[in-house]
Amino acid sequence: MATVELTFSALPAHVRTARLVATAIARRTGVEESLLDEVRLAVGEACSRAVEAHRLHCPGEPIRIELRDDLGRFEVTVTDSAPSDELEQDRGLLRFDDPLGQLPDTLMSGFGIAVIAGLADDVQVYPSQKGMRIRMSWPAATNGLPPI
Amino acid sequence: MDLKLDHHSEDRLTIVEVEGEIDVYTAPRLRELLIDLVNKGNFHLLVNMEKVDFLDSTGLGVLVGGLKRVRAHDGSLELVCTQERILKIFRITGLTKVFGIYASVDEAKEAHGRDK
Repeated sequence: MATVELTFSALPAHVRTARLVATAIARRTGVEESLLDEVRLAVGEACSRAVEAHRLHCPGEPIRIELRDDLGRFEVTVTDSAPSDELEQDRGLLRFDDPLGQLPDTLMSGFGIAVIAGLADDVQVYPSQKGMRIRMSWPAATNGLPPI
Repeated sequence: MDLKLDHHSEDRLTIVEVEGEIDVYTAPRLRELLIDLVNKGNFHLLVNMEKVDFLDSTGLGVLVGGLKRVRAHDGSLELVCTQERILKIFRITGLTKVFGIYASVDEAKEAHGRDK
């Protein structure tokens, strides 16, 4: 099992870097080209949500992303340190039949998670008082490109 | 790729050209432009997304915010987009029912002309 770990400060500019790293490793792991856009978007959503949460609750704390090649699956885990009860409450209130009535101009965490759920092959969200962990995975070739 | 924004008016329609990535970092610039246009009395906006490489939920939120603003003035905010990877995000979130989405600027202008 090969693992890449990345930590970054809660700055919006770093989300693009996280997306690029995740897409590069997904490609190396053997994720199909047709799924790479989904990986890029889902990882970007998870990191954006984490950045927004950290900026509200703990701007000095880093966000962690782990990317794993695990027995034919490409697995990404994004972990933040912001208490997520409040965010989960937002998620529970989200209704897609009336987005104009509820969406502010900025990111709503529940909206981002809904997008991830629509994109990733397998998603698990673990909210807690100590932070949220989003784990997602996609099928990958069992014989992805070897490390250089 | 960073975000490039431009806009011009044709008749009563303001066409906003967007190129690059709309994400948590760049979306505030698009939001500022849409707010500025509405504040200056441009209530019929057409956002051309044909050169957008990436759009996330932050960008969707900005577009929905723009739509709320123009609707408050009986205006419209419609989109030009044929890229499947961008359209997919609108479908996942159900926003295809909220925005008018056209295949070209000409098609959107024609529809806008009919509605006037």
